Amino acid sequence: MSSPALAAIILFFVLPAIASLALSFTDFDIYALADIGNLRFVGFENYERLLANPLFWKAVTNTLLFVGFGVPFIVTLSLFAAMLVNSRWLKWRPVWRVALFAPYVTTLVATAVVWRYLLHTRYGLVNYLLSLFGIAPIDWLGDPHASLPAILIFVGWKTFGYNMIIFLAALQTVPRELDEAARIDGAGWFTRLRHVTLPAIAPTVLLVSVLTVAGMFQLFAEPYVMTQGGPAQSTVTILYFMYEEGFKWWNLGSGAAVAFLLFLCILAVTLVQLRLAKRSGAI
Amino acid sequence: MSLRRWSVTLLAALVALLTIAPLLWMLSVSFMARGEASQFPPPLLPSDPSLDNYRMLFGSFGIGRFLLNSLLISTLATILALLFTIPAGYAFAKLRFKGRDATFRLLVAALVVPGQIGMLPLFLELKALGLVNSYAGALVPWLAGIFGIFLVRQYCLSIPDEMLEAARIDGASEAQILRRIVLPILTPIIVTLALFVFLGSWNDFMWPLIILADQDLYTLPVALAAMSRQHVQDNELMMAGAVVTTLPVLILFLALQRFYLSGLLTGSVKG
Amino acid sequence: MQLTRRHLTGALAALPLASLLTGCGPRGDATLTVWAMGNEAASLPELLKTIDWPAGAPPITIQPLPWTAAHEKLLTGFAGGSLPTVGQVGNSWIAELAAIGAIAPVPDRALGLLDDQFGAVVETNRIAGLAWAIPWYVDTRLQYYRKDLFARAGYDAPPADWAGWKTALHKVKRQVGADNYALLYPLNEYEQLTTLALSAGARMLRDDGARGAFSDPAFKATLAFYKSLFDERLAPLASSAQISNVWDEFAKGYFSLFLSGPWTIGDLKTRLAPAMQDNWATAPNPGPDGIGSAAPGGSSLVVFAGNDQGDAAWDLVSRLMAPGAQLKFQQLTGDLPARRSVWAKAGLADDPIVTPFATQLDHATPLPKVPEWERIVTEMQIVAERMVRGQYSVDEAAKEIDVRADRLLEKRRWMLDKGRAL
Repeated sequence: MSSPALAAIILFFVLPAIASLALSFTDFDIYALADIGNLRFVGFENYERLLANPLFWKAVTNTLLFVGFGVPFIVTLSLFAAMLVNSRWLKWRPVWRVALFAPYVTTLVATAVVWRYLLHTRYGLVNYLLSLFGIAPIDWLGDPHASLPAILIFVGWKTFGYNMIIFLAALQTVPRELDEAARIDGAGWFTRLRHVTLPAIAPTVLLVSVLTVAGMFQLFAEPYVMTQGGPAQSTVTILYFMYEEGFKWWNLGSGAAVAFLLFLCILAVTLVQLRLAKRSGAI
Repeated sequence: MSLRRWSVTLLAALVALLTIAPLLWMLSVSFMARGEASQFPPPLLPSDPSLDNYRMLFGSFGIGRFLLNSLLISTLATILALLFTIPAGYAFAKLRFKGRDATFRLLVAALVVPGQIGMLPLFLELKALGLVNSYAGALVPWLAGIFGIFLVRQYCLSIPDEMLEAARIDGASEAQILRRIVLPILTPIIVTLALFVFLGSWNDFMWPLIILADQDLYTLPVALAAMSRQHVQDNELMMAGAVVTTLPVLILFLALQRFYLSGLLTGSVKG
Repeated sequence: MQLTRRHLTGALAALPLASLLTGCGPRGDATLTVWAMGNEAASLPELLKTIDWPAGAPPITIQPLPWTAAHEKLLTGFAGGSLPTVGQVGNSWIAELAAIGAIAPVPDRALGLLDDQFGAVVETNRIAGLAWAIPWYVDTRLQYYRKDLFARAGYDAPPADWAGWKTALHKVKRQVGADNYALLYPLNEYEQLTTLALSAGARMLRDDGARGAFSDPAFKATLAFYKSLFDERLAPLASSAQISNVWDEFAKGYFSLFLSGPWTIGDLKTRLAPAMQDNWATAPNPGPDGIGSAAPGGSSLVVFAGNDQGDAAWDLVSRLMAPGAQLKFQQLTGDLPARRSVWAKAGLADDPIVTPFATQLDHATPLPKVPEWERIVTEMQIVAERMVRGQYSVDEAAKEIDVRADRLLEKRRWMLDKGRAL
């Protein structure tokens, strides 16, 4: 009964993933697309060229910046949202839970378009709100230093609800008595968060981090719609780079090499996180 | 205690308002006249609400066509994904066959591999099959839904074996057991899975962008991305486009959120 | 939820899916589809009303593509066998489309459409001795300058020779002060450098486009001249992303001269204040000894290979190129018509802002016609920017560009050896 599904998985997932590795050792390009006779085996040349390509390194650096800033930002945001919704003093809990989750189910392209206007330098609501606090307009999507935070704000808004739900489930397993006991002992809010709540939900923090890292490595539509990789390539992510390499320049061989390196990156980061978690005894 | 109760609730209300503000703003601007939103300070409500932007979208921009494409692709993706994953998930949970557990472990490990890895070869594969620039090409990735199999399997594990044994002794075939006994029990998870796939395929962008070249086949996100590059300055029109694109899934989610949120937990807390 | 497999397959079979699900391939149906971009796509429906399309001919559908995604869509269309019948194509893409066999050469009966056109533009579309596309509208890049600021420095217009041009820029720079500059050459754009190189007569590629010729004396002279503009602080070390709004900064006097195409005329007319309108003008590019050169640009109409629908495709192209249609097209879009005879009728021949474009198009030189060209110039500019910022000397930069170009052209050399490249 599982055979149709397994066949589909092999045909449309496993086979392409393996073929990706094979493709990355060829110079499959626009000429080969026109006539397969123009295909050559080139060994590790695609990889050598990528490693010598400054734009590739720019994409890697940007992606790592997204991971480095985005993961703590989004995990913290989601955790606080979850703690707020989990608060025992909260009324009408389901209403707030759904409202905070709503951005996650919206269509990414549509909300990216919305945020492009929200972040408009002159007429955007974000700069208007900031101006109420006396902050000068920020050229969010035009300044190479502001574009990455701008996209992170959007991604954070879009995804924190999902992580919040996961945290919420974990928080509900933390015994109230534990927290209560610490409070009676005079522990402040932050101390209780650090010594009671966080240790209890450590595996979930890890899970959410892993999911967020994977999400950050897959950023594509956000820069495609909001900045087209600009300004000055400051928002070119690895996946965006792969898309351009593959479907703009039609260097499918080189694009496949990018895909494979991306896979290695995700694998490495996930393994490191699991190792760290094991060492600290979280799982 | 009542003060505390109100302040926490107020804070939650504030955060919730901030969260859905972009969506409310999108809706509001979509009713504004051309150029009305490009002022400082930005107006929050249309001075003279009208449906002109929607009229234009469905008229000269032909967004109805993209809406139909999206509906068709998402519906088919949902049906196909259910047809493929439910029997598989059930089999992995309840049927004994050679290499079952090893295969399943491999599948779970493969969840880490993002689908984008194989995108370029998949494009070439579909080109060879003649499926580039077709609805079928856009549907293909939804057939290989490992996550769905995982979800269904987890749920099936809770079905008592005795129940299935009894049916087998009564001479029911495996297909009959699946249809008569398992499916009714699975109803909640089927709704969840259907919702996941429908929303996922509706919101999907990268693959349809690559595989669909002909504008007549565009889904809403692909069409909206193309439009927004061409009509950057038409703020109000683009907001109406964003509303048309995202409102259907938002409503669907609100109607069935119970299934969605519970499924999300089954899926992510792998235990 | 009594959804059973049989119900579902039954439902599936009932839908008229067979035709929907499979690839469309070259359209078997009778419509003639045209892919066009941006402004031109928007004006086509109006234009089509004026061309007397015969009643019995296949009906025409227009599909607009955004400029920024057009190139990808053309190649996906080629890969998926779903290219339309007729398309608008940027002139710089023709070499690539011809090399992969996506477009059909212009048949003899349509060659007449190339008479009465700018020679350099027609030459751009000629590859391996064949014409592949009919130029539809033309453009090129030349200098926009501030008349008032040049007048203050003692010039009516920027001089046409490099030495005099640079002296004038120095005088302008003295007028506008230390915080402002004489010209804007954004460091991330390659058009400025290629325009200078064409003006200096540099060929840039050699051996039938198989190797870089960036170490030729002409190109090295260009690089040195380009670098000196920044070293002598005539141009700011800025990329275009740092100039938020070119028109505003031009009006403010942050720079007094920049390079752009005819599309900027409309922008300046609508975006600059009325008081500013008499203060700007256009002029042909300077060269080492008198008027320089530029790359001929614009878009052409192509018929995709194997999709010509009998005579209908070329019939449509001919009708769109008729003088009346060209005139209407100019009125609708503001684009510069490809046919020279239409310039006079459109009143362009004596518009002082537009005539420099005609002069420049008569002094235009085609860029190398190899599919890899866009990647090569992208690399060229990366190296040039580093040179300007002091990482390379002129000689080192020239050598580095050659290395990178040769690497990008490796496949082309292999194809040429095998006799497979155009």
